[in-house]
Formats: sequence, C-alpha cells, structure tokens
Amino acid sequence: MNWIYEPWPWYVSGPMIAFIMLLLIMVGKNFGMSANLRTMCTICGAGNKTDFFNFDWKSQKWNLVVVIGAVIGGFIASNYLTTDFAVLINQDTVTDLKALGFESAGEAYLPIELYSTNALLDIKNLSVLAIGGLLVGFGTRYAGGCTSGHAISGLSDLQIPSLIAVIGFFIGGLLMIHFIFPLIF
Amino acid sequence: MFKSEAASWFRIYEMFKFESFHMYGIIGSALAIGIIIVQSIKRFNIKSFYGEKILFNPKNKSFSRYMIGGIIFGLGWALAGACPGPMFTLIGAGFIPILVVIATSVMGTFLYGLLKNKLPH
Repeated sequence: MNWIYEPWPWYVSGPMIAFIMLLLIMVGKNFGMSANLRTMCTICGAGNKTDFFNFDWKSQKWNLVVVIGAVIGGFIASNYLTTDFAVLINQDTVTDLKALGFESAGEAYLPIELYSTNALLDIKNLSVLAIGGLLVGFGTRYAGGCTSGHAISGLSDLQIPSLIAVIGFFIGGLLMIHFIFPLIF
Repeated sequence: MFKSEAASWFRIYEMFKFESFHMYGIIGSALAIGIIIVQSIKRFNIKSFYGEKILFNPKNKSFSRYMIGGIIFGLGWALAGACPGPMFTLIGAGFIPILVVIATSVMGTFLYGLLKNKLPH
C-alpha cells in the first residue's frame, strides 16, 4: 500500500479525471470548474450590477458540491496520504528556478517564496498572487472555460473553440514563463 | 489533483518549460479517454442515469474571445500556478495564500461580467 503515499503517476490521475467527467455527464451535468467563480459572484450579489450574474445560482449548487469535494480531497491527500511533499521536478527546471530565486524548487509542494503564510507580508509576492488570480478569473470567463471546461470537456467533444482556447492558454503560459518571469523575479 | 501534483505550482512551471512529460500525460490521457467517452455517448445515444438524452452544448463559433481570453488565462495560470480546480484542492491542503488567488479570481470574473459588452467576442 506504499504507493498511495507516493506521488501518483499521470496514468492514474489522467484516467481519474476522465472518470469524473463521465460521472458528471451521466448525471446530466458538465465538467467545468471555472463556472463556480461566476456562481460565487452571483452569491455575493453581483446580479444587481450586471445581467451576466443575474441567474439562479441554485441551479449550480451541484458544481459547488464538486468544489467542496476538491477541498476535502486536498485535505485528505495532504494530511493522510502524503509523507514527502517535495515535488521532484526535472533537475534542469530546479536549476532554472533557483537562478530566479526560488530556493524551494525540488524541495516543497508549492514555492515557499510565494505560498508560505509569511510571503503574504511581502507586497511583491502578494501582488503576484493577486494579479495571477485576476488574470485567471478574467481570462477563464472571457474564454468561456478553463482547463477542465476547454482542455478536457471541450476537446473531448472535438470543439474547435476549445482548441483555440487551449492554444491561447499555452501562448499565455509560455509568454509568462519565458518573457515575463525574467522581468519580475 | 493533489496526489498527482497537478496542483503544484512547480509542475505548471515545468510543463511550460517542456521539461517533463508528467502534466502532458495527465491532460493527454484524460483527453484520450474523454474523447472515447463523449464520442461513444453520441454514437450509441447513451442515456444519462436518469434516462434522459445527454446534450452537449456546442460552443459559440468565434475566434477572438477564445484566443484573447485564453492568453489572459494562460498568463495567470503560469503566474499563480493554479487553475480553477486545483485552487480549491490547495485550500484543503492548508495553503492560506491561495485564498488571495481565489478571491482575486472571483474579482476577475466579476470584472469580466462588468466589461463583457465592451469586449470583442
């Protein structure tokens, strides 16, 4: 049973993701996590500001249950199913990240430089997280979906718009890491 | 998500550096099986557990919204190292700063809602 404490290989988690999509389809729903961000806006009262948020959020309750599942899953996985949190990324990637100032590369689950509670006190780290979040939230709704809605659900349905969106995700990600990271870190 | 390390900022960075197969394996295998699932449902007209017909909503045909929105999303994905699913997994795992990312992505979505009619789609 030791394997359960090790990082799970891609050929375990990839099929699990597909299985989640299958379950959601079979209960007449669809797999897309970013729709929850819109639902949260509506719950906070954004429907009064603009029609986009003026919908019956209770119809999306099932998707919020998926969110709660993700939170519980993260809790169980990190508290009971993991002994060593270091993410063993490629050695070249580690060297790269250390040169950028990420000393925790190869030794932690998330970079402590950004995701330790202390890092929140640093205005630059806080801005990185805040800008990252803003871009994700804005971009995902503009594109009409995120990794789950486009890269998994949309592409499984052979949708051209999803292919365009996924190409966009990669253009954005590559720009950030290859051109913007050297400027900000 | 947590156990496969798809919720790790490091894995996202490594993916965009093309220095590991791991993330491509996860997305690729999910997608390969996903295609088989969706295409079989369509071909064999499989009904949902409740006996209803399963509908797939085709996305609106357009280029700019998917490309521009996609690029903006990609910039944020690489910077924060988390997309809208794993974000929530990380709350459960006890990473407090992810709450900043979640709060601002809700704000980002709100901002889109406000500007929607002014943006090219």
